[in-house]
Amino acid sequence: MKRTWVAVTAIVAAATLLTACSGGSGEGSNEKVTLTYANWSEDQTPAMQQIATEFEKANPNITVKIQTLPWTEYWSTLQVGAAGGTAPDAFWMLGDHFREYAKGGQLLDLSDTVKSAGIDMSVYPKAVTDSYTYEGKSFALPKDFDTNGIWYNKALFDAAGVKYPDDTWDWQDVQDAAKKLTDPAKGVWGIAAPIDAQGGFYNTILQAGGNIVNPDGTASDFGSPAGVAGLKFWTDLQAAGSSPTLKQLSDTEAVSMFENQKVAMYFSGAYWALRFHKNPDLKGKIDVAPLPQGVKRATVTSGIGNAGYAGSKHPEELKKFLAFLGGTRAAEIQAATGTVLPAYKGTQQPWLDSMPEYHLQVFIDAIDYSVPLPVQGNASEWQGLAPQFLTDAWDGKKPVEQAAKEYQDAVDQVLTKK
Amino acid sequence: MTNVATKSVRRPTGRRTGVSTPGAWSALAFIAPATIGLVALYLWPFLSTLVKSFEDVPAFGDATFVGVDNYTTLLADADFWKALRNSALYTVIVLLGIPVAVVLAALIEQVGRGRAVYRVLFFLPVVTLPVAIGMVWRFIYNGDFGLLNYVLSWFGVDGQFWVADPRFTIFAFGAVGIWMGLGINLIILGAGLQAIPKALYEASGLDGAGRVRQFFHITLPLLSPSIFFVTILSVIAALQMFDLIFIMLRSVNNTALTDSKTIVYLFYEKAFVQFHQGYGAAIAIVLLIVIMIATALQFRLQKSWVFYG
Repeated sequence: MKRTWVAVTAIVAAATLLTACSGGSGEGSNEKVTLTYANWSEDQTPAMQQIATEFEKANPNITVKIQTLPWTEYWSTLQVGAAGGTAPDAFWMLGDHFREYAKGGQLLDLSDTVKSAGIDMSVYPKAVTDSYTYEGKSFALPKDFDTNGIWYNKALFDAAGVKYPDDTWDWQDVQDAAKKLTDPAKGVWGIAAPIDAQGGFYNTILQAGGNIVNPDGTASDFGSPAGVAGLKFWTDLQAAGSSPTLKQLSDTEAVSMFENQKVAMYFSGAYWALRFHKNPDLKGKIDVAPLPQGVKRATVTSGIGNAGYAGSKHPEELKKFLAFLGGTRAAEIQAATGTVLPAYKGTQQPWLDSMPEYHLQVFIDAIDYSVPLPVQGNASEWQGLAPQFLTDAWDGKKPVEQAAKEYQDAVDQVLTKK
Repeated sequence: MTNVATKSVRRPTGRRTGVSTPGAWSALAFIAPATIGLVALYLWPFLSTLVKSFEDVPAFGDATFVGVDNYTTLLADADFWKALRNSALYTVIVLLGIPVAVVLAALIEQVGRGRAVYRVLFFLPVVTLPVAIGMVWRFIYNGDFGLLNYVLSWFGVDGQFWVADPRFTIFAFGAVGIWMGLGINLIILGAGLQAIPKALYEASGLDGAGRVRQFFHITLPLLSPSIFFVTILSVIAALQMFDLIFIMLRSVNNTALTDSKTIVYLFYEKAFVQFHQGYGAAIAIVLLIVIMIATALQFRLQKSWVFYG
């Protein structure tokens, strides 16, 4: 009996070894290889599938499996997978998570691929390529980018007799229009003013002439006069009653308020275009204009990068796939399906043409005055501090100067750690 | 039969190493699936969490031993105490649901036919995805268009932002927690009720005891072991609450999140959002200790109220 068990164990172990060997012998040969490619967007999955199919056609020995994870699970799944050796081969990356992954050696270094495949990095917005460079090496090729504009509801503007926003607007124009557009009786507000960093106060702080985080990444700028001015832009809108309250915006997100035509203006990115375009209730009713000017013009920009897992079993095939994802064909597919604004220069026309009813050119023009979304230090930690420190200022319970100072102190403490 | 008897007599005289006979080997083989699962899925993660709680663990790469640093930081962390308070409050509210469950279970027991229908209705939340539950309740609690405020308006009560105002969030979650736990509790209590001999009710009825009196003097004492069991389970589940807060607050940038974090949410945030896995592990270990204390306390207290026939 005992011997039988030993024999069984030995056979199982041998079988495991054999399968392990056959799995590893695929390098360089034309053996069938399967790559996984993870994303967090149901909306974009069809375009990703189309890109994968084209890549498979050109590389018959490689199969690409698209994996779509819900946003709420994406980062924890990726982190656990990377640490445990089971991460997808290729996946979407974001600037504020990038540094931890690059620093931890989890990402495939693409510097050689860029050279050997002759990829010209200048075709991508510099702000985006910079955010995926760590210690001089490229770890992701930009997939798309987003800048911000004013999404506005023409029907609500017409009803209130207010002129549409255009590129001449400054801060005061926004404040005035928001006030005029607000009609409590109808449950309509001029603007949505949530505590939103990327679509909101980061932009206005930059427009006021400030930084968000200083260039060497050791301190933030929220407590400075420009920082306070940029935050005040939003608290003023709250104080004037031109926006739903924070509580209302917590219950019903700003974008839903805009889609439900409860707010006339919504500062946000190009990434909503397809969703708005597909919403029959908004047909012919909305458009987009550039962000207003403060002391100067500015918008933050960020973009998704396509990165590869350093622990992938098929690094050569993976590099090939990532180069394809960074190329013109992948960009064109994304543009033509209206999915997102592709990062590859000159491929954006099909995206503009896919939704001709909007002045989407404003998002492309904004590249000229765009500033990268700050990702210094432990970005996901300090970026999460905003609601904790700014809620009282938004609710009018604390002077903005004081809240901004406390917010800055807390952020700086995270930035200077380690 | 005789064969078995001789074997069992012989066993104690054998060698002391447990796995010596062929029978023992096959016994080991039979328990292997469960044992391997237990070790791989519970024991190993627990031990590695324990080790991590004494380390500084970056998102990736090598951990460094830091002694009890994580624990001292934790005890000085205002966020931790706030989360502990929120979890405790939530647990107390969920416990208030147990009397409700006891009364409901007794009422359902009275229903003759159709009892199963009630059981299914109350059990539905248990088999529904927490994500779906969170989304539906977010709609019910919505300050502007929510169902709850609409119903309250019939009675002239002013609506509140139940899940956007940190003064109410834990109570709002507590109500959902009671509703979610009801199904399981009713099943356990229902089984306990059926074990009570019907003769006791008949005899007390002849002696002139009414329904209410029977409930307090027969049902409640004889059901107390089941109630105790339900209480233990509820406390453990309540202290681990995470999904409601995640779906109703975090996924929608709700600003009430700051003041509504529970222990497990704080753990998630530290370990998976901010990449402080060692600190997260320390939170998990402290939660384990809290649950152990709470359970031990209940076992101590049960002597005064649980009646084992």
